[in-house]
Amino acid sequence: MVAKDLSVELCGIRLKNPVIPASGTFGFGLELADTFDLKLLGGISLKGTTREARFGNPTPRIAECTAGMINSVGLQNPGIEVLVGEKAPALRKIYDGCIIANISGYSVEEYAFNCARADACPDIDLIEVNVSCPNVHGGGMAFGTDPAQAAAVTKAVREAVSRKPVFIKLSPNVTDIVSIARACEDAGADGITLINTLLGMRIDIRKRKPVIANKMGGFSGPAVFPLALRMVYQVAHACGIPVMGCGGVARAEDVVEMMMAGATAVQVGAENLRNPLACPEILEALPPLMDSLGINSLQDIIGIA
Amino acid sequence: MQKRIFHIESNAAVARDTFRMVLRTDGPVTVRSGQFVDIALPGFYLRRPISVSDVLPDGLIIYYKVVGEGTRVMAGYVPGTPLELLLPLGSGFHPEKCREDALLVGGGLGAAPLYLLAKELLALGKGVSVVLGFNRADEICLAEEFRALGVAVHFATLDGSVGTRGFVTDAIAAARPAFDRFYTCGPLPMMKALCQALDAPGEASLEERMGCGAGFCYGCSVRTASGPKRVCADGPVFDKEVILW
Repeated sequence: MVAKDLSVELCGIRLKNPVIPASGTFGFGLELADTFDLKLLGGISLKGTTREARFGNPTPRIAECTAGMINSVGLQNPGIEVLVGEKAPALRKIYDGCIIANISGYSVEEYAFNCARADACPDIDLIEVNVSCPNVHGGGMAFGTDPAQAAAVTKAVREAVSRKPVFIKLSPNVTDIVSIARACEDAGADGITLINTLLGMRIDIRKRKPVIANKMGGFSGPAVFPLALRMVYQVAHACGIPVMGCGGVARAEDVVEMMMAGATAVQVGAENLRNPLACPEILEALPPLMDSLGINSLQDIIGIA
Repeated sequence: MQKRIFHIESNAAVARDTFRMVLRTDGPVTVRSGQFVDIALPGFYLRRPISVSDVLPDGLIIYYKVVGEGTRVMAGYVPGTPLELLLPLGSGFHPEKCREDALLVGGGLGAAPLYLLAKELLALGKGVSVVLGFNRADEICLAEEFRALGVAVHFATLDGSVGTRGFVTDAIAAARPAFDRFYTCGPLPMMKALCQALDAPGEASLEERMGCGAGFCYGCSVRTASGPKRVCADGPVFDKEVILW
């Protein structure tokens, strides 16, 4: 087998491979440091962070679905200062790949403030702005479902960040994903991550009540892969900036498919929760899969479909 | 944490809706009392977290109750079926913190992890008393296993069919066991009443619906006196003082 080149270039950053655990499904990386060698990963997207510490939503926060799950964690996090002062530096000590800060906020000003703090942290390589969390009220997804609001956040963040690429993470809970992505591109985004979770719900038919305490939550898992792939394809073809594809990725085949749809990097989300070794297993399966498909470099297949 | 394949050696009903499963693997197994395993069930997206009741040189024993679709499927598994487990998970009990005599209080299937704890305490030379609460006689499990360890076992049943009629707190009042530390696992109202009734230091094992089971999804967080804690990784066992009932 010819040596396979898994590396990709993402906004000037060389990733050793395109596989990145998605925000919210991998903690701050440190939680899994004893489970496998994190250095295998092309990047790590850290848990979504707000200015102040948040406990998140009441439990139950998790519901099982066919081929997926719903979460309503609600951005539990220790706040931006702990991220830049403790979490990112601690991860950098054991990880040399691309560290991605995932930033949330309740106002345009908070987004800008948090991103400026992440920009100033030498242990963060890329900033991913979450305008798509379905689990917090008065923020999150509200900014990502309207082109004008998404553009306003992007513009403010772009002005606050001078050193690092800024990706905007979009919600699939919209009618026209392309118009939102274009608005972000026009406002100065360096890239787009999509998709975040779909707003979903389960009811316990014995208790006659919603399973999730917050009633609704974000649906993710293999069931959403075709929808995510379609949106990645649409956005990658409509925009000139790179896309990180996310949504239902569970296997090496899914990574290749996402990249053929136009993704430069691929995030693995819910699958980490059912299999903490999902990312290293995907990375082990990629070279033989590439060989069987006649692929020598993953960079070559981006958007080829 | 490891991901390992186990094979079912036996899987049988031992009480009302309650099953005992013996699992074997190819090598030594290390689990402490209060820790749990997360079992992948083919056809279900999330794993099932189940506490470990006993550890064998190359396996373990779990008890589970049929409460939903997943456990109903589990109950139908035949010997020889392979299962993929994540283990060991969670923090576990602290038998070393007991000075001389321990009181173990289980409610329903909460008895299961206390069995391994009893063995650990006895190995440390501690005295062990056990109080188990059930709704009714046909739910009682693990009674013979505890007795085989040579420890005193007291029962409370809500219908009075076995032991003291009422709650575990009633059985404790009747038996008056000597203890300097207590350990409990069972329904939240039972553990709350117990922790408030007993002056001695104690540990309680909490339950919560989990995502990853290993501390990185933050799906099972609870507020405690020491701040937010993940039941799966910071617990499931907590000192009674930090639990905000």
